[in-house]
Amino acid sequence: MQNDVQNSLGEILAKPAKKQKRIEVMGRTLTLVSASMLIITLASLLYFIASKGLSTFFVDGVSLSNFFSTNWGPNVSPDQGGPFYGALAFIVGSFLVTILAALISAPLGVGAAIFMTEIAPAWGRKVLQPVTELLVGIPSVVYGFIGLTVLVPFIRNHLGGQGFSLLAGVIVLSVMILPTITSIAVDTIQAIPKKIREASYALGATRWQTISRILVRTSLPGLMTGVVLGMARAFGEALAVQMVIGNSGMVPGSLLEPISTLTSVITLNMGNTVQGSTYNNALWSMAFILLLMTLFFILLIRLMTRRREY
Amino acid sequence: MNAKVADRIATVLFYMIALLIVGLLTGLLGFILVRGLMVIDWNFLTTPPSAVREGGGIGPQLFNSFYLLVLTMLITIPLGLGGGIYMAEYAKPNKVTSFIRLSIEVLSSLPSIVVGLFGLLVFVQYTGWGFSLAAGALALAVFNLPLMVRVVEQAIESVPREQKDASLALGITHWQTITKVMLPVALPGIVTGTILASGRVFGEAAAIMFTAGMSSPALNFSDWDPSSPASPLNPFRPASTLAVHIWKINSEGLIPDAVEVSAGASAVLVIAVLLFNLLARGLGRYIHRKMTSS
Repeated sequence: MQNDVQNSLGEILAKPAKKQKRIEVMGRTLTLVSASMLIITLASLLYFIASKGLSTFFVDGVSLSNFFSTNWGPNVSPDQGGPFYGALAFIVGSFLVTILAALISAPLGVGAAIFMTEIAPAWGRKVLQPVTELLVGIPSVVYGFIGLTVLVPFIRNHLGGQGFSLLAGVIVLSVMILPTITSIAVDTIQAIPKKIREASYALGATRWQTISRILVRTSLPGLMTGVVLGMARAFGEALAVQMVIGNSGMVPGSLLEPISTLTSVITLNMGNTVQGSTYNNALWSMAFILLLMTLFFILLIRLMTRRREY
Repeated sequence: MNAKVADRIATVLFYMIALLIVGLLTGLLGFILVRGLMVIDWNFLTTPPSAVREGGGIGPQLFNSFYLLVLTMLITIPLGLGGGIYMAEYAKPNKVTSFIRLSIEVLSSLPSIVVGLFGLLVFVQYTGWGFSLAAGALALAVFNLPLMVRVVEQAIESVPREQKDASLALGITHWQTITKVMLPVALPGIVTGTILASGRVFGEAAAIMFTAGMSSPALNFSDWDPSSPASPLNPFRPASTLAVHIWKINSEGLIPDAVEVSAGASAVLVIAVLLFNLLARGLGRYIHRKMTSS
């Protein structure tokens, strides 16, 4: 009788164990498969964009010096020496808007972060935190639309030019990347141990001295990371920029002149060119440059976050 | 300069920066909502857009935006849950794991136009689907997935260690501990993160215009059979979303009331994002209360 009970108990205990083990292995495999989707996606994305982007040079025989010149004229007929596939003006345009936008947003974003952590943490956070979150949430075409209906006419009426300009693009982008910089800056400044601040105040330093000489300096790698992430966003932003910068194929001479960026050229022309043509492939090469720049920005961030100062 | 004076000046400067940013947002929101709410009425929300005349609505685009979001989430939520669980519970610190982390980092910071072009090549052309909701959903999944994985991983990692240990100490297997003990505790975080990610996907445009396309066929809203071509539910039909529509009418300039239509559509987009935000907070808190009190 007792034996029977023991046997059946043994069965009950043994059977689920086997089943459990199977479920265990299955769960592990399933999650591993989901996680490897990320690698598969990235690998195929790199492969497809690179193979299309490089075919401009290897299949169509466009030389690098042709591509990296300011001579853009894919529709120029051969008897006039064309077609030209020089994308340098767009590359310069992309870098210009990105760097100028970062120059505006970086001080504002870091300033807002300092305000939230050091000056008025209580109500500063309560107000600025949701504000930055909402700014992130506004879709980029909405920024483009506001730029188009408010900013462009304003520039046209008060500063001159057509309004569609480098300046308009820079202003739109700097608002768009502001929350990115702010939220990362808040995280880094907050991570600085309290005792460092207290040591500074104990030495008789004012709040500004503490902020400028201690907090900003110790959190510099983190702050730079935020700025680089913001720049990565600005460099790849397509529609909002395209709507306000005017899209001329020239290297801009002033802030009020229209320009083109890599993203705006791709946006405007990808749908109007024949798949597989040299013109089309040149656009893919520009997309490949965007991809390489993203990788470069990530490398930069990895280098900066590697060393911590405290 | 006197250190105290410098401190005063700096403080005033910081206040001005804070005010500037708050002012910026109030200005932006005020502009969008005031301009938009003048346009929005029931007719605007339900009628299809017109090609050249004024007075068109955004009905199909509004539907497409939500439907595309649902399709994207059908792909990313299961995969994101799996990936997040793997990263939080199974991933050992080795080459594969760090490679997955690098992939997450790269995929989530890729320009959306690059993702869109990848989608155009693979999901639109190689699959032979043409511009379609399915291609759009897959493209959106490419940069929503890394976000989801991170959300799930963080939520699971924030589950108190004691809770996991207690479950394991009772002899419960690892998988059951994950699904029965840790996931429920992590649920509020996962829900909040998912809704916030949805908000981001909702306003996305550059990736969609190359995959789901820039036009919407005439839809028959009484035909709910997913396989018929005029059905709103058919995943293999082209579809423009609200965000794409705003871009398109502004760059084409074919309809005379493009500004009014974009103002209305922008307001709908922003209101949706605001609602997503509120919902994320509210639902997260509600689930948390429900799970902890019982």
